[in-house]
Amino acid sequence: MMDRLSILRLRGLLRKEFLQILRDPSALAIAFLLPAILLLLFGYGVSLDARNAPLAVVIEQPTPLAADFAANLEHSPYFSPRRFASFREAELAMDRREAVGVIWLRADFARKADDGGPAPIGVIVNGVDANNARLIEGYIQQVWVNWLQASATRAGRALAFPAVVHPRVWFNPAVQSRDYLTPGLIAVIMTLTGALLTALVIAREWERGTMEALMVTPVAIWEILTAKLIPYFVLGMGGMAASVLIAVLLFAVPFQGSGWTLTLCSALFMLAALGMGLLISTFARNQFVAGQTAIIVTFLPAFILSGFIFDIGSMPAAVQFLTHLVAARYFVTILQSVFLAGDIWSVIAPNAAALLIMAVVFLGAVRLTARKRLD
Amino acid sequence: MRPTDEAQPAISIAGVSRSFRTGKRVAAALDNISAQANRGVVTGLIGPDGAGKTTLMRLIAGLLLPDRGRIEVLGTNVADSALAVQTRLAYMPQRFGLYEDLSVQENLDLYADLRGVPRAVRTERYADLLHMTGLRPFTSRLAGRLSGGMKQKLGLACTLVHPPEILLLDEPTVGVDPVSRRELWEIIDHLTNTAATSVLFSTAYLDEAERCDAVLLMHEGKLIGAGDPREFTAKMAGRSYQLRTKTISKRAAQEALSRAAGILDATIQGEAVRIVTDEAKAPNAAQLLPGVDGVTISAAPPRFEDSFIALLRARQSAARRPPAPIPIPILADANQESQEDVILVRNLTREFGAFRAVDDIAFSVRQGEIFGLLGANGAGKSTTFRMLCGLLPPTGGLLRVAGFDLRTAAAPARGRIGYMAQKFSLYGDLSVRQNLRFFSSAYKLRNARQRERIDWALAEFDLDAFADAASGDLPLGFKQRLALACALMHEPEILFLDEPTSGVDPLARREFWSRINALADKGVTILVTTHFMEEAEYCDRLVIMAQGRILAEGTAERLKERLRRPDNPDPTMEDAFVALIQTAEAQASAA
Repeated sequence: MMDRLSILRLRGLLRKEFLQILRDPSALAIAFLLPAILLLLFGYGVSLDARNAPLAVVIEQPTPLAADFAANLEHSPYFSPRRFASFREAELAMDRREAVGVIWLRADFARKADDGGPAPIGVIVNGVDANNARLIEGYIQQVWVNWLQASATRAGRALAFPAVVHPRVWFNPAVQSRDYLTPGLIAVIMTLTGALLTALVIAREWERGTMEALMVTPVAIWEILTAKLIPYFVLGMGGMAASVLIAVLLFAVPFQGSGWTLTLCSALFMLAALGMGLLISTFARNQFVAGQTAIIVTFLPAFILSGFIFDIGSMPAAVQFLTHLVAARYFVTILQSVFLAGDIWSVIAPNAAALLIMAVVFLGAVRLTARKRLD
Repeated sequence: MRPTDEAQPAISIAGVSRSFRTGKRVAAALDNISAQANRGVVTGLIGPDGAGKTTLMRLIAGLLLPDRGRIEVLGTNVADSALAVQTRLAYMPQRFGLYEDLSVQENLDLYADLRGVPRAVRTERYADLLHMTGLRPFTSRLAGRLSGGMKQKLGLACTLVHPPEILLLDEPTVGVDPVSRRELWEIIDHLTNTAATSVLFSTAYLDEAERCDAVLLMHEGKLIGAGDPREFTAKMAGRSYQLRTKTISKRAAQEALSRAAGILDATIQGEAVRIVTDEAKAPNAAQLLPGVDGVTISAAPPRFEDSFIALLRARQSAARRPPAPIPIPILADANQESQEDVILVRNLTREFGAFRAVDDIAFSVRQGEIFGLLGANGAGKSTTFRMLCGLLPPTGGLLRVAGFDLRTAAAPARGRIGYMAQKFSLYGDLSVRQNLRFFSSAYKLRNARQRERIDWALAEFDLDAFADAASGDLPLGFKQRLALACALMHEPEILFLDEPTSGVDPLARREFWSRINALADKGVTILVTTHFMEEAEYCDRLVIMAQGRILAEGTAERLKERLRRPDNPDPTMEDAFVALIQTAEAQASAA
């Protein structure tokens, strides 16, 4: 198959493709700018942590005890409390979304505490965002327990709990959701980049009528496909490297695994993503349709079904089954492992095998469906 | 090559049909075509848009498969062994197939690699091609920065980088200036003479048929004629005449003649009307134009187009011929044309960055006049047009339309203008009636008035039968009618037509111009752009544009007159255009 003329044609096409990449910045933009922008946007914008959450604090009767509790809230990194004179005002602040919750210490708080309690602390949390509400609730409880303990220590007596919890967090000791989200995000963004790279550049050739001219030359269809795959594989891997650098250097996401594991798995994933783009390009003959299709059939499923935000384990069985068709799913797992836990081969190997199968299926489907014809 | 090959035709097509499906609709692009193209000659594939020329080219090149029938190229069945055919044939698609962000040299290198041209022969081959196309000084220029004519030549050079046995050229001369068009024909003649290349050349320009050794005439997916173009033309000998009269306007005369019995065709040519008769017999002026005095008739040389018209007319049922003659308005007041300038352009300039698309042009158009902007693609016609319609602000200069300065009052001026855009810009998914309703409401027509105008348009343009059909499904000629109807819904004083007849068949073009003439006679001012040289004959006055400048202004007659020489007693508009461009280039290089 690889005769002298074939090599000559392939070399000509490859040179053409690299020259076009250098002269038309759109491919470079998709490979580098798009991942960088999306990563910065999501990296800074999407966070599942509640930090500096605005909290309304109402202390109806200032006492040393109440002030002490308020000071504990002040010192917590999770809250930025603001004082309100009455519960009514705090409620209004919550309505205006200036506060996510209200801490309400009634006039009888100090008295009841002095009487040997229980002294009630009113806690109201805005439950519209259920996830956030649960986090806030948990943080408030934590502040409350810490305060109780501190008060008890000051009073020289131990707080008597029948059992004590010693929480220790593995794999993400800083409990930063960004450390967990960024690797998944890279997988989702690379799905889009990979599919767009091939789908758009081939659609562009259709639009400009150059594909028609190419097809009448003695070039074979596999030569055209290979000449598209190689340059955009290189470009896509460049974009991948840039994304990893942003994650590690800018977002300070820990990187526990090894570079070569990451490279190998990324290469498998990139082949699958480029294969999807090539498959799209076999029927989408203009850039608009190609772009829309790439977003709808690759990016959206990757976002929703890859488990990067939404836990696959809590999806209905039918949807769980569907997630197996999403290449990003396997790559999310691999990246999370390589970044946060290291080269855990028992996790990486099956997922890498799945990526390999997907790459073979997509590229094989392209090879079978692509024809040197216009219909 | 085996000697038996010599007897085989270059291309033979037997009973080929091909249809395309879009949604529920199946359109037959080719209907049972059988034809052949001989070796070493230029075969012209002639026909209007939608005739099936491109589909046939793609079938021959192996880019499509036929539904029925068989195509052989040099004795090889294309459907079975497309790759084998593609090694012996070269094909230039409509947009030349160039990579615009690659330089001239890089494009050549790419196609040399793809065609497997050995390195050893490249230098010599490149030198030949660059010399032949005149592209030598531009080898490092990006293809996207070349003019239309240069792109066309580079496209051709790329297909010739490995000398093909068969060359397929799909409408290579569309929108290209006449100078480049002539140079292209010289290259093709050179190829057939020296390399014995077989060329299949498709075009919608009927005048190019006369340059071919053989022609295949196509119309609506059918082959309606094949043979030597000279024989087609010879059959029309003694049937074409020029008719002149001072008593009635040329438009009135043409209108009356096109309806007269025994006349196949009547077109305006300068100040005269050119007619083609049913039989080879000199027509009688008194019978043709009863009651009109001072008519002189002289014989005119036959043209290939006449035979195409005759073929099309023969295909048309007699019922569709225009009926009863209408009264001829005697030229009493037509001479008192309004002297008022409806459109006034002075020092008009438009820059896009460093590029001057329109460079200090000036002209004026009087009421009721048909005024033409003639030029190749990229001459600045469309930019000028957009400024006149108030769609694009000028960089400098004065621009008045219907008394409004377009720099300050574009909106009120636009209410007086009807605009028919290139490619007709209709909503293909809407029905004819819905298109009319939309465009009329865009011009604020409401209720009874709107209904009245829609009824008028459906009746006037014979669109009643198609009122509820999707406009995208209409034949090209009907789309053109509908587009004109949409532009006329608000009864504009000024009508802008941007390449209105490009690609439609010659009969539809004649019908279109007869409507335009009628509008002009009613006092509507008409501004038309065209790269179709012959269309300039319909204009009262015109300007010829190239590279953003006006090269000449005047009547078609005057522009051609300058070139009259003993060796060229009847110069065409294209001759005039070519001469002007050559003079301009000579001045530019002298300066």
